[in-house]
Amino acid sequence: MLRNDKKSITTFMLPASILLLVFMVLPFLMAFGLSFTNQRLIESPRGTQFVGLTNYVRALGDNLFRTGLTNNAIFVLVVVPLQTALALALAILVNIKVKGNKFFRVIYFIPTVTTMVVVSVIWSFLYHPDGLINGFLTSITFGAWDGIDFLNNTTTAFPSIMLMSMWQGVGFQMLIFLAALQEIPDSFYEAADIDGANTWQQFLYITLPQLKNTTTFVIISTTILAFRLFTQVYVMTNGGPQNSTYTAMLHIYNMAFKRLNIGYSSALTVIFFLIILVISIIQRIALNDTEEEV
Amino acid sequence: MKYKQNRKIFAYLAMIVLSIFFIFPLFYMISVSLNPDETAILRNMASVRAFFPGDLSLKNFFDVFDRMPFARFLFNSTFIVSTTIIIGLLVNSMMAFALARLRWKGRALIVSGVVALMIIPFEAIAVPLLLITNRLGWLDSYHVQIIPFIANPLYIFLLFQFFKNFPSELEEAAIIDGANWFGIYWRIALPLSKPILSSVAILHFLMQWGSFLWPLMVTRGPEYRPLTVAMEVFFGQYPRNWGDIMAFAAMITIPVLLLFLYLQDTYVNTVARSGIK
Repeated sequence: MLRNDKKSITTFMLPASILLLVFMVLPFLMAFGLSFTNQRLIESPRGTQFVGLTNYVRALGDNLFRTGLTNNAIFVLVVVPLQTALALALAILVNIKVKGNKFFRVIYFIPTVTTMVVVSVIWSFLYHPDGLINGFLTSITFGAWDGIDFLNNTTTAFPSIMLMSMWQGVGFQMLIFLAALQEIPDSFYEAADIDGANTWQQFLYITLPQLKNTTTFVIISTTILAFRLFTQVYVMTNGGPQNSTYTAMLHIYNMAFKRLNIGYSSALTVIFFLIILVISIIQRIALNDTEEEV
Repeated sequence: MKYKQNRKIFAYLAMIVLSIFFIFPLFYMISVSLNPDETAILRNMASVRAFFPGDLSLKNFFDVFDRMPFARFLFNSTFIVSTTIIIGLLVNSMMAFALARLRWKGRALIVSGVVALMIIPFEAIAVPLLLITNRLGWLDSYHVQIIPFIANPLYIFLLFQFFKNFPSELEEAAIIDGANWFGIYWRIALPLSKPILSSVAILHFLMQWGSFLWPLMVTRGPEYRPLTVAMEVFFGQYPRNWGDIMAFAAMITIPVLLLFLYLQDTYVNTVARSGIK
């Protein structure tokens, strides 16, 4: 047997361990520590003091942060069910054994390899008051549609960003569902055919139960992405109009980078992380439950 | 039979309509970028004519190079992304290898630590990381965009799972040949791991190429700015010249698109793998 000498272990482990400790564990722990101080990005002449729970008290009364979190929650409630259902529908569609299904699969995942900044820029043009989407709506309603400035309207701005985000992200979940669909043995469907189950019944009693784990994974990971929402809103609306597209991450960015208030933005970061943590724990529990059932 | 035939036609119809939905924005980007006449772009932006510019030209693309140091941005992004991926593959696979193949006390604990770190999103460490890198005097540099993103718990875990499935004869055969651990890692484990290494590289590429929040915080001038932030800055300049903006967007998008069309099977496997828990 080859000796598991300390020297090899250290050589293999050290580079990644140091990087993880310095650039992940340390800042993660610092976020908690900093959240109890009035730390500034550029050290103030009065120095940094311990301020106790001041930052957290302030966060609780911070209307902008609450608006941001509420918008994140709305995004979750609208986008997660729609995107999951659409992803599943797409996966089933490209899983039908017809010629060219592979070609369509490629088309549907193309947006996922397009950078979010670029996607935001293209869609800003499509959403332009005189843009293609307004033009399309005008022509299918025979002129009844009055063009609207989608991104400058408090009612339409956030839904517009949601639609675009789904367009960009759904292909990814489609591929995850597709992989799971291909794991389901054909014999399940053959048996159901013999028993006279129709397509809908097969979907309900075979496909859906078999996809339970995958669906949980997709729902949770999309929820986490929804809380991390930043690039689209920053590029397209910068949180406006009237904060209708403001998000928690945008607020953290503004507090840290514009106000240079590291202490306060760290407190917001901790709250943000606790939300992500709860969602992740729910995922682990949900997945473990289903694993035990199998 | 008739029923099956109908179903096929319906499937094709649905697939074609959906393809239009997924592809039209990119076609739109390309046709606008090839249209040298900005007034025509604005006149036709709402109609089908936007997809068929009269005379095609690369004028907008040359404009982008004239109006800003585009080559510099392209180099910055390419350099940052490729350096991160290459060092990342090495460093992450080394740690994964030690965790999967060597037997030592405490490795199970470290594996669970790595799994726990996977929960932390970058956004949860961005603010203190900004403070740390600012103190180190790293702002406005390449390394501030590279070093913190080399080691990644998800990639370590994916590689760990892959290495773990190697049979133990692997080392036994190598021992007979007189190899040491580094030799086993370099000459046996890595060459056998091409599928997982390419998956990790693809995930790393997508993360770094599209990275926006961090470079927005740590780059001040055009010198070290990557394409994403440069695109946003250009987009924020008024009056907007949509032809140039779309040319810029096309130049970020098309090379990546071609790369992924070429690597499509690997990409599909990668996503599937990232979904398997």
